[in-house]
Amino acid sequence: MAMTMTQKILAAHSGLDEVRAGQLVLADIDLVLGNDITSPVAINEFAKLGRDSVFDRDKVTMIMDHFAPNKDIKAAEQCRQCRDFCADMGITHFYDVGEMGIEHALVPEKGLVSAGQLVIGADSHTCTYGALGAFSTGVGSTDMAFGMATGKAWFKVPSAIKFNLRGELRKYVSGKDVILSIIGMTGVDGALYKSMEFSGAGLSALTVSDRLCIANMAIEAGAKNGIFAVDEAALGYIRTHGGAEPVVYEAAPDADYDEVYDIDLTDIEPTVAFPHLPDNARTFADIGNIRIDQAVIGSCTNGRLEDLEAAAEILRGRKIAKGVRTIVIPATQQVYLDAMERGLLKIFIEAGAVVSTPTCGPCLGGHMGILAAGERAVATTNRNFVGRMGHPTSEVYLASPATAAASAVTGRITSPWEVMDA
Amino acid sequence: MKLRGNVIKYGDNVDTDVIIPARYLNTSDHKELAAHCMEDLDKTFVSRVRPGDIIAAGQNFGCGSSREHAPIAIKASGISLVIAKSFARIFYRNAINIGLPIVECPEAAEAAAEGDELEADLDSGVIRDITTGQEFRTEPFPEFIQNIIKSGGLLGTIHNS
Repeated sequence: MAMTMTQKILAAHSGLDEVRAGQLVLADIDLVLGNDITSPVAINEFAKLGRDSVFDRDKVTMIMDHFAPNKDIKAAEQCRQCRDFCADMGITHFYDVGEMGIEHALVPEKGLVSAGQLVIGADSHTCTYGALGAFSTGVGSTDMAFGMATGKAWFKVPSAIKFNLRGELRKYVSGKDVILSIIGMTGVDGALYKSMEFSGAGLSALTVSDRLCIANMAIEAGAKNGIFAVDEAALGYIRTHGGAEPVVYEAAPDADYDEVYDIDLTDIEPTVAFPHLPDNARTFADIGNIRIDQAVIGSCTNGRLEDLEAAAEILRGRKIAKGVRTIVIPATQQVYLDAMERGLLKIFIEAGAVVSTPTCGPCLGGHMGILAAGERAVATTNRNFVGRMGHPTSEVYLASPATAAASAVTGRITSPWEVMDA
Repeated sequence: MKLRGNVIKYGDNVDTDVIIPARYLNTSDHKELAAHCMEDLDKTFVSRVRPGDIIAAGQNFGCGSSREHAPIAIKASGISLVIAKSFARIFYRNAINIGLPIVECPEAAEAAAEGDELEADLDSGVIRDITTGQEFRTEPFPEFIQNIIKSGGLLGTIHNS
């Protein structure tokens, strides 16, 4: 049986020699993740089981990121419920304000995930860790509760779509442009229930940060997971961050794929997803004069140091257009500190942006930059659904950090190529 | 298990942000969530939904966030069943895990009109549109998932095992 990367990981974690697409398995999990929105529901369910411990206190992590620092009294109560539960259970990896970051940036940074592992998280963007060769997928709170109690999760083994990458990205083009153009091709349900497997010679031209961004948005194509072939860059990242010993699974050369896309990275241009679906992707030949009220640079998709560097390169020595509220959100405390030491925060502030503590905040319309009726934002976030960042008549345009920064400078959705004369 | 109710009809890609907007995720109270169900898509839903009503929708129902608050809000609104052309995968497993009946049946989801009276027999997989007399057949769930449903949700399987 010629298995894909994902199928090999699922088989290994289910105690099976092989699995087939469509098969239902009960698999062992290496990490269970929850945040301040999804964990309270899981904790309530877990309580009904009457257990006084989780399956492994080192393999459960809760990260207070969505409405933290607490945006209101109810959010404060939810964070307290998580805090109390983690204290009662002796959870090792509980991250609160001061230590926390946006979960999908924090988990790889803290070395909590490694190649070959199986991770579930009660957050849809848990698929991010596929960048490091793990099988990781978003689940619900009941799955989280079941996982905390038993160390297991049920899966229907997915088939896969292969993305064969070649070439190199052009200047000011990044992983965000790659994934937005891919979702533009597949549609928001083009990979429904499936794995998106990324490999090919072009992999070496993508940084780990680019890969984390691409895997992060696999869910926006409906995928169960996104996963990258593991190379030296991925292994280097895992080692640097103190992750567990990696186990590298390679797809069988004759593995069966539902579809294969050949993508030349050199062809990718700065790409923007128009409201109200992430597959509504356009390149600048089809983007007119779209004025913006806000720019958001951050999130689990694009809040890493490399993203802030890309934005800073464009904002250095420039001023943000009057009337564009620009909010920069480093994804973790470490990213914040690194950005400070490299002088990026000074560039943002001098350009007229604000810099926030790590939080998911505006990405899901929580806090720290909610839109009024009819307002438009360009954002490096991952969803542009109706009402996602505020009022139901507001609009979100998804883009890369470079495009968001260029747009902040001109006050309209703008290619970094235009601002940087590239 | 037989379910009977009137259809409330929606289109493709009904996402979890419109099913329950994030601004209401600062609570996990089922009734509070139900009070805002579908608010950003259909402001009339909360006032017109009746116990037993059935949602019929297009492709990729429940796409987006993993928030279990979405199927919880729908279930707590009194909806007995969601029929769609297809479901987003996290919503699909969440619905099964919390015991909200869902059926993937493109033909029934397409044919059912707003207000039609529907009857669904989950054991046989037969859906009848009583208003139009049409009948549709779906694949029953695999045994593994039937066991979750019979156990009253995923956590019930722990007690039973």
